[in-house]
Amino acid sequence: MTADASRGAQAPPELVQLLTPEGERVEHPDYDIDLTPEEVRGLYRDLVLVRRVDLEAVALQRQGELGIWASLLGQEAAQIGSGRALTDADMAFPTYREHGVAWCRGVDPVNLLGLFRGVNHGGWDPAEHNFHLYTIVIGSQTLHAVGYAMGVQRDGAVGEDGAATIVYFGDGATSQGDVNESFIWASVFNAPVVFFCQNNQWAISEPLEKQSRIPLYRRASGFGFPGVRVDGNDVFACLAVTRQALKNAREGQGPMLIEAFTYRMGAHTTSDDPTRYRVQDELEAWKLKDPIERVRAYLFKNQLADQAFFDKIDAEADELGRDVRRRCLAMPDPEPLAIFDHVYAEPHRLMDEERAAFAAYLAGFESEESSR
Amino acid sequence: MTTLTLAKSLNEGMRKAMEDDPKVLVMGEDVGKLGGVFRVTDGLQKDFGEERVIDTPLAESGIIGTAIGLALRGYRPVCEIQFDGFVFPAADQIITQLAKMPLRSLGALKLPVVVRIPCGGGIGAVEHHSESPEAYFTHTAGLRVVACSNPVDAYTMIQQAIRCDDPVVFFEPKRRYWEKAEVDTSAADGWLPFDRARIVRPGTDVTLLAYGPMVKTCLEAAAAAEEDGRSLEVVDLRSLNPLDAATVTDSVRRTGRCLVVHEAPVFGGFGAELAARITEECFYSLEAPVLRVGGPSTPYPPSRLEEHYLPDLDRVLDAVDRAFAF
Ligand SMILES: Cc1ncc(C[n+]2csc(CCOP(=O)(O)OP(=O)(O)O)c2C)c(N)n1
Ligand SMILES: [Mg+2]
Repeated sequence: MTADASRGAQAPPELVQLLTPEGERVEHPDYDIDLTPEEVRGLYRDLVLVRRVDLEAVALQRQGELGIWASLLGQEAAQIGSGRALTDADMAFPTYREHGVAWCRGVDPVNLLGLFRGVNHGGWDPAEHNFHLYTIVIGSQTLHAVGYAMGVQRDGAVGEDGAATIVYFGDGATSQGDVNESFIWASVFNAPVVFFCQNNQWAISEPLEKQSRIPLYRRASGFGFPGVRVDGNDVFACLAVTRQALKNAREGQGPMLIEAFTYRMGAHTTSDDPTRYRVQDELEAWKLKDPIERVRAYLFKNQLADQAFFDKIDAEADELGRDVRRRCLAMPDPEPLAIFDHVYAEPHRLMDEERAAFAAYLAGFESEESSR
Repeated sequence: MTTLTLAKSLNEGMRKAMEDDPKVLVMGEDVGKLGGVFRVTDGLQKDFGEERVIDTPLAESGIIGTAIGLALRGYRPVCEIQFDGFVFPAADQIITQLAKMPLRSLGALKLPVVVRIPCGGGIGAVEHHSESPEAYFTHTAGLRVVACSNPVDAYTMIQQAIRCDDPVVFFEPKRRYWEKAEVDTSAADGWLPFDRARIVRPGTDVTLLAYGPMVKTCLEAAAAAEEDGRSLEVVDLRSLNPLDAATVTDSVRRTGRCLVVHEAPVFGGFGAELAARITEECFYSLEAPVLRVGGPSTPYPPSRLEEHYLPDLDRVLDAVDRAFAF
């Protein structure tokens, strides 16, 4: 940042990167990571499998099996890197696009489909996976995450065995009042929370310039906590930076904003037509920075994996895709009376009354049918 | 006369309003190049420029709050809320500021802001994309609340809303966006005032009161009932606040029976206001209590259940039967 004189000549590069698009390991003064070959192969596997699940979901939508799907294509490294940085005790709050993080938290991919297929509004128990439900209202979850982190703080779950909270949101979301309020709360209460913003350059049809005049990570300083921009297509860097931020949070050093600089390679959702607002060249340029290709190149160049390994992962991905498809198609539609379930935790007179009336109404059709 | 979809009628209406008055602005998320997620503002930015058709940051409170400021400076902002479920971040600006500022100025200030909201279900969407939040706004004094149901009204009502000096919450039935009709875009007046209801199908036995997406459903029910020898009158309310009570009560006095049909939950819904008012004003003309057909008092369900949630022809006819059974 040329305008920022205070950062001096030896300021670290603006973008934290540990693995180049060509698959070269590079150093960064503040962040580093030491991964065993096994761990790198594991990350590669994660990346390939979540992309495969995502492709299958897009296909299922095209075939009418899902109402809509929000693809994570291009954002795999940001999600796997940050997702694998989490400990079991950490808590994650997603948007509607965090299929890769869900994978890291052990949520069965088929359970993600329920909301998009229209058979439920959620589909998993957040406490079971320490992975909250998807949130569709832009930015709302940032406040929930901060509140949760304040609870963790009050429980005294700090230090090495403590729990940090991470919350995901997009570049567009940074304009919402809720998100800005969450920054204030986190800052004032020194909440153990990590704000993980996937800047995929677009909020539906609106490019980042419509939301901000400065790089998003720099917003943090105005709120009084550190911000950093990481190469969101570099799974090593995302892992290293998120791990550090979570550790700091657990140790009582408060919040941090991570801006994962990435790209939404697909449409906003399957309902969207990006040809109306962005040029193909942009996509082509980002394809050269593909998050999976660079890990593959790294593994290959350093002879950490052979062709047999890549073939095995591809086969596993295909099997997973088939499995997700099969179980998606087998998902039953809910019973009509399920409309009245779980609206309240305690017995509720109006629900009972309306459920009974609706059951009687439905039964009317059945007796009509049978009397024919 | 041109054949237009409801979405295109709104587009043409806004275009006309922008041509007629340079102070008319369009603002919202993705309304520019994309033309809105439903393409209602398609082509407007191309023709009127980025100063008048504004892609806003992603913040609904910001959209309405700044629209108020623009209105204070003499502009007439037409704001798009992308989906019904996303109006709530703007609820504070709408309820505490937009609705009340003119009164606080003892009439010195006017806030001609239109808040366009695609509303209702039936498109197989995920949660927060199928809501019917009209009652929150009809309960807020200072706001006019209207709902169009067809392309002809869409074309005229959006222009009337833009010309109106009061804030207007303008509901658009999203599942009817693609319905077509012949629209006369040459006439600029002689329109039914936008705070008046319209009898869209005359009848003698039962009055069906509806607005927005349910008008079509009621017309279908009326056609079906005719085969059973029952004559249903369908009234498209068009304006919820103010309510065209005269048209409503006149109809109910003639038919003696009344159903209110809306997608929103029945409990505490707009139909409750109608039922109460009709009971107060038409008590001696009623053959049966006013019956309400609407959504259950639950959150809007996952889309695979929405056909059970949404009032349909069968639910309306069932209520007609009940009205006759008294
Ligand atoms: C409060 C609210 N307003 C509008 C929308 C409609 N909407 C859904 S996604 C989206 C863009 C989000 O952009 P960003 O935050 O960058 O996340 P991305 O989808 O790119 O991951 C919008 C406007 C919404 N879901 N919630
Ligand atoms: Mg984005």
